[in-house]
Amino acid sequence: MELINKMLEGDKRSCAKLISIIENDEKGGEKIVKEIYPMTGNAHVIGITGPPGGGKSTLTDKLIKHLRKKDKKIGVIAVDPTSPFSGGAILGDRIRMNDHALDPDVFIRSMGTRGYLGGLSKQTRNAVKVLDAYGCDYIFIETVGVGQSEVDIVKAADTVVMVMVPGLGDDIQSIKAGIMEIGDIFAVNKSDLMGSQRTATEIKMMLDLSENLDRRPPVVMVTANRNENIDKLVEEIDAHIAYMEETGNLEKRRRSNFEDELLNLVEIEIKKLIKEKTEADGGIKTYAHQLLSRDIDPYTIRDEILEKINLK
Amino acid sequence: MSKTIRVLVAKPGLDGHDRGAKMIARSLRDAGMEVIYTGLRQSPEQIVAAAIQEDVDVIGMSILSGAHNHLFPKVINLLKEQNAEDILVIGGGVIPEEDIPKLKEMGVKAIFTPGTQTKDTVEFIKNNVKK
Ligand SMILES: Nc1nc2c(ncn2[C@@H]2O[C@H](COP(=O)(O)OP(=O)(O)O)[C@@H](O)[C@H]2O)c(=O)[nH]1
Ligand SMILES: [Mg+2]
Repeated sequence: MELINKMLEGDKRSCAKLISIIENDEKGGEKIVKEIYPMTGNAHVIGITGPPGGGKSTLTDKLIKHLRKKDKKIGVIAVDPTSPFSGGAILGDRIRMNDHALDPDVFIRSMGTRGYLGGLSKQTRNAVKVLDAYGCDYIFIETVGVGQSEVDIVKAADTVVMVMVPGLGDDIQSIKAGIMEIGDIFAVNKSDLMGSQRTATEIKMMLDLSENLDRRPPVVMVTANRNENIDKLVEEIDAHIAYMEETGNLEKRRRSNFEDELLNLVEIEIKKLIKEKTEADGGIKTYAHQLLSRDIDPYTIRDEILEKINLK
Repeated sequence: MSKTIRVLVAKPGLDGHDRGAKMIARSLRDAGMEVIYTGLRQSPEQIVAAAIQEDVDVIGMSILSGAHNHLFPKVINLLKEQNAEDILVIGGGVIPEEDIPKLKEMGVKAIFTPGTQTKDTVEFIKNNVKK
């Protein structure tokens, strides 16, 4: 495929077009992924997550800056929410990363969630594959950043940086159940603000209480908008990946993420098949009606549907 | 399913407010488009680089500073140089009536002066983006 060849030669426009095809057109996207797949697996994929306004984009901007000094090639996928009403979105993460717009070795792409729940978009993983084949050493995924729905990022990244800010107060308590397991590294951003030391201490305390952590996540205090202590965070990111490689955990995590990805792919097809095969009878709606009138029970209908798609 | 239209909204030039640009960004979002908002004071080079990476269908520039006769041609030439002249360039802001024909001749597809209804802009984009 011409676009793929040009992308592999380093052409940004082709790289961008490939991502668009993947986002817009399933069949075309599949062809691309099939072709580039053997060329992936070399990038270090880093999730940047945390509350909206916490400074994820600003921090990503500074991480790029530091990694560029080491001459690393960088990709960024920044996800923002799509409006459920209009299907449109305002994607504003780039504003914080404009300094890198002209750098030939930085590629930044904004994506809307397009109806996908969980802080990523449906095609985030495939877009990451394109950037991986494109030759990026590091790929950052900036998530939407809303509380509990962030679990997805773990399934798409090698390292997750959880961005926290002072002043979350009781919120830390209420979201800790979800987040303590997600973060491989905690970055307390806005360390210029009051209470940041306390936030860092609280996080450390909660990490001490968390069980079954293979490795206690480091807590790094940074001030992204002033570019302070970012080198320390880069160090911790590299240390995490080194640890993951040494212990075999990287392979373990990637394997378990692939399990999830595969099940997801199959699930989508099965749902489509159900839709197709039940269409003639009025679709799943008809079954729901039957349930409503108590004519038949859910399990009998399930088996009927499975029969229709030749799975029973 | 029809393709989602992607629009880069930029506010180049040195003057400081972007209320108009933000307003149009919101209208486009409400019309179902994905708007990549790049903020204030972008250079033409930055705008074109972002448009290419984001693979947008449209670049919308809001210009109040009077630098339109410089900024629009610059963006259009850069797009040509990078084989991206299929990206639609439109503009808004305070642009004198007498400058408009020349800008259009250079390749700016439409200019929306103050007082244009945002729905006209939405309509224009929907009708002119290649499907
Ligand atoms: N005081 C302070 N503000 C910051 C810091 N980092 C980012 N900000 C500001 O926080 C706001 C949100 O930043 P942004 O990167 O867009 O957050 P995101 O929504 O998590 O991506 C912006 O106004 C930033 O300038 C910091 O270290 N200290
Ligand atoms: Mg952001």
